Amino acid sequence: MLDTILFYSFALLTLAGAVLTVSLRNAVHCAIALITSLAGVAGLFLLLRAEFLFAVQIVLYIGGITVLFLFVIMLVNLDQAALQARFQRHWLLPLLATVGAGALFVGFLTRGRDLLALPAPHSAESAGNVEQLADMLFRDYLVPFEIASLLLLVAIVGSVMMAKKKV
Amino acid sequence: MLHPITTGHYLVLSAALLLIGTLGILLRRNVVIIMMSIELILNAVNINLVAFSHHLKTLNGQVFTIFVITVAVAEAAVGLGILIALFRNKETVLVDEIDLLKW
Repeated sequence: MLDTILFYSFALLTLAGAVLTVSLRNAVHCAIALITSLAGVAGLFLLLRAEFLFAVQIVLYIGGITVLFLFVIMLVNLDQAALQARFQRHWLLPLLATVGAGALFVGFLTRGRDLLALPAPHSAESAGNVEQLADMLFRDYLVPFEIASLLLLVAIVGSVMMAKKKV
Repeated sequence: MLHPITTGHYLVLSAALLLIGTLGILLRRNVVIIMMSIELILNAVNINLVAFSHHLKTLNGQVFTIFVITVAVAEAAVGLGILIALFRNKETVLVDEIDLLKW
């Protein structure tokens, strides 16, 4: 019962935040709506018993990426852009294509409805979520982990180079 | 309304979020908002991965989600750096005005 209420609350938060992100005029308002949507996603992670991802989502996505977006929005003067038209001139075809894709999704989600029934109720876990995740990350997925750290190094150097005034 | 929440509910939510993000990329003119829509799509994928990880009682989906978040952070940082460099040169953030490579 509580599960259902929480799911629908977080789902409403996520989708409402997403709709506002793509439709508001002021870029700062869109960033705030994005924060709301990401907070809803974090709540959904917690409902799915992914506690580590709940924390990572809040710290990295909300506390990192959206703060970065807000910095750049303040740095780049968007007052001129706020006076212009919000949406593209040719909006009908993308809208129809997206609705068509939505129909496809509805089609195969209803077809596979029986496969997506309730999972078996959770037994008591042997270790917590973070410990199990750390075990898997540092044993089975060690190479992708190291490659991810290399990727972050490249991203740091790249973003500093791109934003410098004189290369 | 009082049906228990199945994995299918999470997939429908993820599909809806994906479509909203797609509409944002295709319909908006402001580059910053297009990048925010990309983040929405990545979050939709993350919800999908974690929902299946919960359904199949394995942690592989959550590990994949960690990597998706890592790549999203890297991509946002570099993308915003490019945006700053672009704005410094062209003085606009509207995609239809950034057409130097058009024939």
